[in-house]
This record gives sequence, structure tokens and C-alpha cells, in this order.
Amino acid sequence: MRAWYRSRTVGQKQAVWAWIFLALPLFFFCAIRLFPTSYTAYVSLTDWNLLRPKNYIGFANYLRLWNDPVFWQVFWNTFKYLAIGMPISLVLSFMVAYYLDQVRFLQGTIRALYFIPFLTTAAAMAWVWRWFYQPVPIGIFNLMLVDMGFSQQPFLRSTTQALGSILAPAIWAGLGFQVVIFLAGLRAIPETYYEAARIDGVGRWTILKEITLPLLRPTILFLVVVSSIGFLRIFDKVYNMTVDGKGGPLNTTRPLVLNIYQLAFTDYRMGYAAAQTMVLFVVLLAVTAIQLRALRSK
Amino acid sequence: MRLGFDPRRDPRKILIWTLVALGGIVMIMPFLFMISTSLKGRGEVYDLRLIPLAPTLENYAYLFRESRFLRWFLNSFAIASISTVSVLFFDSLAGYVLCKYKFKGRQVVFVAILSTLMIPTEMLVIPWYVMSKNLGWLNTYWGIMFPGMITGFGVFLMKQFFETVPDALIDAARIDGLSEFRIFWEVALPLVTPALSALAIFTFLGSWTAFLWPLIVTNSASNYTVPVGLASFSGEFSTEWNMIMTGAAVATIPTLVVFILLQKYIIRGVILSGVKG
Repeated sequence: MRAWYRSRTVGQKQAVWAWIFLALPLFFFCAIRLFPTSYTAYVSLTDWNLLRPKNYIGFANYLRLWNDPVFWQVFWNTFKYLAIGMPISLVLSFMVAYYLDQVRFLQGTIRALYFIPFLTTAAAMAWVWRWFYQPVPIGIFNLMLVDMGFSQQPFLRSTTQALGSILAPAIWAGLGFQVVIFLAGLRAIPETYYEAARIDGVGRWTILKEITLPLLRPTILFLVVVSSIGFLRIFDKVYNMTVDGKGGPLNTTRPLVLNIYQLAFTDYRMGYAAAQTMVLFVVLLAVTAIQLRALRSK
Repeated sequence: MRLGFDPRRDPRKILIWTLVALGGIVMIMPFLFMISTSLKGRGEVYDLRLIPLAPTLENYAYLFRESRFLRWFLNSFAIASISTVSVLFFDSLAGYVLCKYKFKGRQVVFVAILSTLMIPTEMLVIPWYVMSKNLGWLNTYWGIMFPGMITGFGVFLMKQFFETVPDALIDAARIDGLSEFRIFWEVALPLVTPALSALAIFTFLGSWTAFLWPLIVTNSASNYTVPVGLASFSGEFSTEWNMIMTGAAVATIPTLVVFILLQKYIIRGVILSGVKG
């Protein structure tokens, strides 16, 4: 063995070491990431429920979800989280970053204040917000409303307000990350562009529209995708803010991931849950693919 | 436009600064209310003033005495620590090899690892659950942490950072007769400590706050991590908000401490990995 190794060229020796060092990580990625992905795809074609052996049933699970009103409701909810949450969080974080970039006094500290919610335990923060939404005399939001002379709101207990009430902490938690990335993007814009514009006497609004935003395009795209993926995968907040983690009232806040969780780990309908997982996966891939295309087109 | 803050010269800046700073304070209000309520006695819960009249650690004492938070805390800490050490070692080793070794198949391996970044946890929990069930990993530390022992994100991050280590240094070490592993360990690795610290922080926090998989893989209270324990605890104590806030504070305070101590590394790390990744 030793003699064989000695007689190798430098390049061959490197290859030997490369594979030795990579052996465990490669095995890990195959066993824990790549193989399970195909396994989920396979399970989605079976009627498996953990108790009896799997039967191959073709696309029956996909046909079922197509005709399942709960699936469509959940799909629609997930879309609402994305379609409302993503634009609001992007506009808010851009506004904060845009103005924060213009002041220097305690800038790092203020940025930190915005960033803190991003790092902390989402499950814990969900409970804090759940407490805020309680009726009088417990919840701070209702106390404030009543103090100002408005009527109490049901928030999490209402089929129309609950989704928005969960979305608020979700936006709150992700804002700081986007502010930090936007700030970095804003700082990367060379000062000379602004100086040239100012010499030409261009107004603030025009500078923003004609220089800042177009130059931030890659940053914006990146954040659109990252935050879209975040909202499409929303789970912790809904689980912790709704009664028994069911995504109520009447499933009005239940997102796709929570539905998958319930199907797979409460009802043990693995096959059907796997099929819904595949739908989520395809949607996530599509979002990423759109980003890659948009980036390449410029 | 980007002058320093000089209130006399630009009143508009005062307004902007005030609004942005106020926004920042609003952002941390939930934390302030959480901590303040956790320090209030039973009688004071409905009083919403931020500074408790009679601050007490009674809730914390009760929490650690009557619930299993201490156990969950230790579980989370052990799991996050072990995962972080493993990620640091294997991710940097794999990143180093993919960056510095020339061998057939390197590109394929790299793309394969990169592609795992596209696969979300949700896609994998069913197979992981089946795997854990068959191998007896349900309700064990190993069961909770095995999916996060090596991460594609870390391999990618470390590969990028090893680009900054000059090849000449590695060749020189090779000529000096250092073994391949020692070149990695003693020559290359010390040069990427900023990346390692960022990766360590992200891995630790990611593991500490993880929810979906620990929720699935544990089903007895003694094996919960802090977030899962908190969810079950709060479900039971659903009306005792001062206890729930105390639990939430216990779950949150370690992340706040990490952030306050390591703020600079964290923000730099977010920018580097965010913009590049």
C-alpha cells in the first residue's frame, strides 16, 4: 500500500487524498439529502400510511389533491402569505435601509435593533405576539385600541383577521435581514454616480428612481427570492399562534407546510403528504429558476 | 447626500434619524415586553407598564423548578454545540478539498453538493422520519441533529473563503513534508477564521431555533429542544402569560447574548454569505 502510494504522481496523490477527505461528506449528502429527495418522490406515488406496506398507486395522490378543497384552501393561504408578505416586507425594509443609509449617527446600533428579531427563536416570538393579540385586559393591541376609543378586534380568533395577524410577526422577523442586505447594496453604489447627478441638479426622487433602484436590481431580486421562499415555507409562527397548532380558525391560516406536517405526522398519511411536498418543492424550484433567469437576462 | 449627521445644517436629517430610530425601538418592543412581563409577579401581569413595579425572578425559579426547561435548555445547548463542531470540521474540510485539490470529478461533486441547497427541509422530513424510526433514532440527540451535521451552505461558504488562501503557501507546506491533513489543519484553516466564526454563529443559532424537525423527531418531554418544549409548555399554560413569557425569554436570551457579543461578525457574515450565496 505504502509502496503503491509512493509511486504515484503528485496529481494522483492529491486525488487520493481528495476522495479520502470527501468520503464522509459525500456519503452524508447522498444519504441525508439526495436519496431522501427521490424517496419522497417515490412515496408520493404510494398509498403508504406507516402501518401497512406501501402500494404503488400511480398519480392517485396528485389526483386527490387536485380535488381536495382543503389542499386548495391551504395552497391559497400560502399564496396569500407570499403575495402580501413579500412586497410589504421588501418595501418596508427598503425604506428603512434607504433612510438609514443617509444618517451616520448610531447607524450600526439602529441597524442592530432592526436585525435582532431575525436571529431569535421564531417559536418564542410567536408566543409573544400571540399574547399581544389577546382580548382585553391581556392583549396590548386591544388595550391600545380601546384606549384610543376603537372597538376590540378578534385578531387570531377571526377567520378574516387571523392570517394578517400571523403575517405581521413574520414580516417583523424577516425585516432586519433585508435591511442589512439592502444597506450593503446601497453602499456598493459608487459615490461618483450621486455626485454626477447632483451636479446636474437632479432631484432626490429622480436619483432614487433612475440610479439607486436600477443599480440595486441584483439585490432586490435576491431578496425577492429569499423572502418568497421564506413565506412559502412559513410554519413555526402558524403552529405556535393558532389553537393546538392546527392553523385555524377553520384552516384560514393553515399554510402548505403545516398541512403536510399534519397529514404526515398526525394522520400518518405519508403518501398524500409526500405528494403535497412535491408540489411545494416544484413551486420553490420555480421561484429560484425565475430568479436565475432574471439575473441572466441582465 | 451621505454627509455625516449635522443637525444644524440639515433639519431633514433630524427627522429621518428620529423616524428610523423610533422604528428600531418599535422593532425591539416585543422583547422588552417579554422580558418585563417575565419579571412581573402574578398580580402585575395585567399592568402593561414596561418597568415592573416589583421585579422578581419568581417566574424563572418556578419555571426551572416545575417544568423541564432546564433539561430542554441543556438538550438544545448540547445539540447546537455538537452540530456546530461537526459542521465546522466537515464543511471546512470539504470546502478546502473542493477549492484546493485538482482531481477528476471535482466539478460534479461541487454541483451535487450545491444542488442540495435547493432541497428544503420540508422535502426531507418524511424520509428522515422513516429512517429514524427504522434505525431507532427517534427521541435521541442523534436523531435530532443528524440532518444538520454537514451543510451544503457551509461547504459553499468555506470553498469561497479558501480561495483567499494562496496556493503557494500550501505547496510550500507540501515541500516541507507536512501531511495533507496537517496542511489543511495547521496552514490553511487558521487563515479562514473569520469565515469559521461566521459559520459557527449561524450553525449554532440555526440549531438553537430549529423547530420543524425537532418537533417531528421527539415525542417525549425529556428530549425536547427549547423551542419544541416551549410550544408544548405554552399550550398547557395557555392562560398564564407571565409563565409563557418567562419561557419565551429563556428560549430567546441566549440568542440575544450571542448577537450582542458577536454583532460585528454576524452582520459581516450575513452580508458576505447573503450577497454571495
